[in-house]
Amino acid sequence: MDREKPFAITLDAGSSRANKTGDWRTERPVYVDLLPPCNQACPAGQDIQRWLYHAESGDYEPAWRRIMADNPFPAVLGRICFAPCESACNRGQLDEAVGINSVERFLGDEAIERGWTVAVEGDPSGKHVLVVGAGPAGLSAAYHLARLGHLVTVRDAEALPGGMMRYGIPRYRLPRDVLDAEIARIRDLGVVFEQRSKVADAAAAMADGGFDAVFLGVGAQLGRRAYIPAGDSARVLEAVSVLHGVESGERPLLGRRVVVYGGGDTAMDAARTARRLGAADSLVVYRRTRARMSAHPAEVGEAVEEGITFRWLSTVTHVDRGGVTVEKMRLDDTGFPQPTGELEDLAADSVLLALGQDSDLSLVDGLAGIGRADGGVEVDRAMMTGREGVFAGGDMVPATRTATAAIGHGARAARSIDAWLRGSARAEREPRPLATFDKLNTWYYSDADATVRPHLDLSRRVSTFDEVVGGLDESTALFEARRCLSCGNCFGCDNCYGVCPDNAVVKLEPGERYEIDLDYCKGCGICVQECPCGAIEMVPED
Amino acid sequence: MQSVKFYQTGSFAVGNRLLGPEDRSVQSDRQRINSIDCGHRACRGCGEALGARYALDAAMRATRNRVVAVNATGCLEVFSTPYPETSWRIPWLHSLFGNAPAVATGVAAAMKVKGREDVRVVAQGGDGGTVDIGFACLSGMFERDDDVLYLCYDNEAYMNTGVQRSGATPPAARTTTTPATGPAPGARFGQGKNVPMIAMAHEIPYVATATVAELRDLEAKVQRAMEFRGARYLHILVPCPLGWGSAAHDTIRIARLAKESGLFPVFEAERGEVVGVSKIRRRVPVADYLRPQARFAHLFGAEPRTDVLARIQAIADRNIRRFGLCDEE
Repeated sequence: MDREKPFAITLDAGSSRANKTGDWRTERPVYVDLLPPCNQACPAGQDIQRWLYHAESGDYEPAWRRIMADNPFPAVLGRICFAPCESACNRGQLDEAVGINSVERFLGDEAIERGWTVAVEGDPSGKHVLVVGAGPAGLSAAYHLARLGHLVTVRDAEALPGGMMRYGIPRYRLPRDVLDAEIARIRDLGVVFEQRSKVADAAAAMADGGFDAVFLGVGAQLGRRAYIPAGDSARVLEAVSVLHGVESGERPLLGRRVVVYGGGDTAMDAARTARRLGAADSLVVYRRTRARMSAHPAEVGEAVEEGITFRWLSTVTHVDRGGVTVEKMRLDDTGFPQPTGELEDLAADSVLLALGQDSDLSLVDGLAGIGRADGGVEVDRAMMTGREGVFAGGDMVPATRTATAAIGHGARAARSIDAWLRGSARAEREPRPLATFDKLNTWYYSDADATVRPHLDLSRRVSTFDEVVGGLDESTALFEARRCLSCGNCFGCDNCYGVCPDNAVVKLEPGERYEIDLDYCKGCGICVQECPCGAIEMVPED
Repeated sequence: MQSVKFYQTGSFAVGNRLLGPEDRSVQSDRQRINSIDCGHRACRGCGEALGARYALDAAMRATRNRVVAVNATGCLEVFSTPYPETSWRIPWLHSLFGNAPAVATGVAAAMKVKGREDVRVVAQGGDGGTVDIGFACLSGMFERDDDVLYLCYDNEAYMNTGVQRSGATPPAARTTTTPATGPAPGARFGQGKNVPMIAMAHEIPYVATATVAELRDLEAKVQRAMEFRGARYLHILVPCPLGWGSAAHDTIRIARLAKESGLFPVFEAERGEVVGVSKIRRRVPVADYLRPQARFAHLFGAEPRTDVLARIQAIADRNIRRFGLCDEE
């Protein structure tokens, strides 16, 4: 200021930074983390977007560890999960959903191949938890409890652990070495398995073993019977028993012509297994239409490819030696099947019933306070039954009966049991708002068709139990992961940093995202509008 | 344009954490120059402030920070340099409304005399100072092939003085001098004054158009322009929320719609010949572009002016044919 100024100059030059244009603002941008639809739809509660984010960079191990925080079975679920995440995926509205399930499988297989393991993370509690049932719910509960620092004993009626994953799902969908590898990881955490050790009376088991808590996950093992008049020597079997028998090494004599009665996934498994056991003719009889089958469409499609035939709108009314009588049905206005009286005889060497399963709940008869509902036991949000310290999950509680849901139950129950045993309240996370499709600016995502998983040749499919659906290789898995739109969660695309006319977005260290410099942000909202993934919102100034 | 396979590598976004440093945009760089700094007094959502930073930061990178900028009078000059404050972090000269190309020519000549081949000259102005008032100087600069890159930030009217019609104002647009009244409201349908095409007719080394909606394309064009010596011209569409009556947050979206409708063809030409066009990715009718702008509101009243919309659509369709903006279907 004291320096003499040139002619006609009265003020020193200064930077416009002295002009805090942020005071023009009436609303400000705020970075948010919304709930991606895949995450919301996942019955196992997986943070899918987060692990895809790691996978996109080729950081497969951190991606796998993020999965393992919620789900101990990525290689298994990467094969058998019906992927509600993909049905919910926003990308499905753009072109095709991200192949989340195939990336999950790739990561799971990668972990098995490279021998990645997990460790106990919680402090040893000295508490001992009994898990009844070594199916997906029980194994998931045992896994999480062990990682949280508890002693866990699993008791199961079968020779090998796995429950319905082993005894209900055929090998051509889930190779056993994959299942064994993921179960071995749970065993390595110190979980004690007591196989061929059916718990008939939960109260007695708890009292005898001195357990501090118990998780029940006995599943739904009893094939539902329907009354079907049958003549002499009619060969009527339950589909679940047949699948169980095949897994235990039996070769049931089903004959050349097999009729499967039912329209769920078990019906598909039974019909496709029958074909592999040598049935030339494997026919599914279902009383409604294909669109109303509860079996997953992909499985129905694979069955059709394998030459399984279908008779929709039909019921089995009578079974006799060498044949069945079916009645044609029609759907009434409510979509319920009604009989028409039109009968037809079909040749059949055996009939497999796949009409649903029930849980054997006799083990809780001795426990007071446990409520029953919908053929299962009642639990609260913490998966605790009406009796303190007794938790339950999986197919034996009223819910969607899938392995993924059971794994989610096990995880939820384990966290509740941990809180209960340690005497702390389990913190319920505030649900994040959903990242809906309209929040995205899809302009920035370039077009990329979904990657298709390879399928085994048909001739080998119908004659062996080899795995039908192949996995992705590294390049296709990476491509698929990168198709993720990162709904509602910043993925570091620099768009906000680039599009601000006032240079008011500050780019932080790599991976640290961005900050708004409120001294200069005029609140124009371009960053919000142009954020590809909807991770910025405008909020009014006070 | 960068070829794109899928969004995380080869992105339409400004940056991408997975890209190698050589593929990153200038604007994604944490150390970018920010040629025009914070605290400038442009309106909220100003397209011109954005366009100027994009272009000059790219020119700075292309010349290793050896740029002198000459600025015509207009919004950009007024909002960035109210004495004694300045937003410019580069050597910067303000002359008059109409003579920026001539002054830039002089600077380039001075640099030549001093033997400073490393220092490059950029001139810039709005459409008023370029298309109308400075046009004679600009044409002279082209004709003499002076070593200047001229950047025109086109917001389609004289915004600084209160939204008066310029030679770049599109037909039917409402400005304060072309009000939305009478049987033919807004600017009249003329023959047009297409300065990029006029620049091409001068057969100068490089002419291109760009929008603030396609950053990578814009940066690539500045980079390319700096590879030539002689007169070069880059015409950048910069939506003006105030003059166009659009939402501040829509500046980039509207620039994108201008291109995707075909009304603003994005192309580049060398020595008078078109050598590349940016194809339309998701074609939209011109109404989608016009509707969010209050300057065209009179076309969408209770009785929509479908006749006027059809004439504007015909202009877009002609552009698409003329420049081959859509791939054969």
